[in-house]
Amino acid sequence: MAETKKLAIIASQGTLDWAYPPFILASTAAAMDMEAVIFFTFYGLPLLKKEIDAKVAPHTNPAMPMKMPFGSKEFQSYNWPIPNFISGNVPGFDSMATSLMKETFKKKGVATIEQLRGMCQEFGVRFIACQMTMEVFGFEKEEFIEGVEYGGAATFLEYAADANISLFI
Amino acid sequence: MSDIASNMDLNCEGLNCPLPILKTKKAVDSLQSGEVLKMTATDPGSINDMASWAKRTGNELVSHTEQAGVHTFFIRKK
Repeated sequence: MAETKKLAIIASQGTLDWAYPPFILASTAAAMDMEAVIFFTFYGLPLLKKEIDAKVAPHTNPAMPMKMPFGSKEFQSYNWPIPNFISGNVPGFDSMATSLMKETFKKKGVATIEQLRGMCQEFGVRFIACQMTMEVFGFEKEEFIEGVEYGGAATFLEYAADANISLFI
Repeated sequence: MSDIASNMDLNCEGLNCPLPILKTKKAVDSLQSGEVLKMTATDPGSINDMASWAKRTGNELVSHTEQAGVHTFFIRKK
């Protein structure tokens, strides 16, 4: 068979919505017999914590559809017109939106972030934590899951130099 | 269209991308070369995804049929 293809991803965002693409793509790449590395930097770093507490922030995503995970099909399809000054200012709005998104995903048979992260590890996807971001934001290795590697830009680039697919997410 | 014998059955109905692919990969890993996996899924995206997965991994997608929204795939491990 042809030589093994390589996927290199930089995960720089830590909200629930942005947490999905790196784990989906890396786990699927591994399932397709590719090598995959995710480099977690800046706000992506908390995705390596033992307990993931990622939330969505609707006011930062004006195009995000606001939908309900219950009720009739018509009700669920309705896109609630929530003004930005409400989604950005009402206390607890992000938590509510996060609960709704998680419930919708569960009902649609979408994996949880924890599940996808676990499958990545099972399939041999390498996770690299940005050492500099750890220093800056004050993260300790003890907060993270087992099996994480630590490094910087050069560590990622050494791998990415031979990658067939490189993504910044 | 059930004249293909399967060594293992995998039900991915109700699951969405990328779970059917990930579970298929795990199931195929546990088979011997030449053995057949029967996978069923309701995710319409799995039609193209299974074809791409098989093409990339070299496992053979023997057949795909659809009945009442349920897709049935037979995969022979390389």
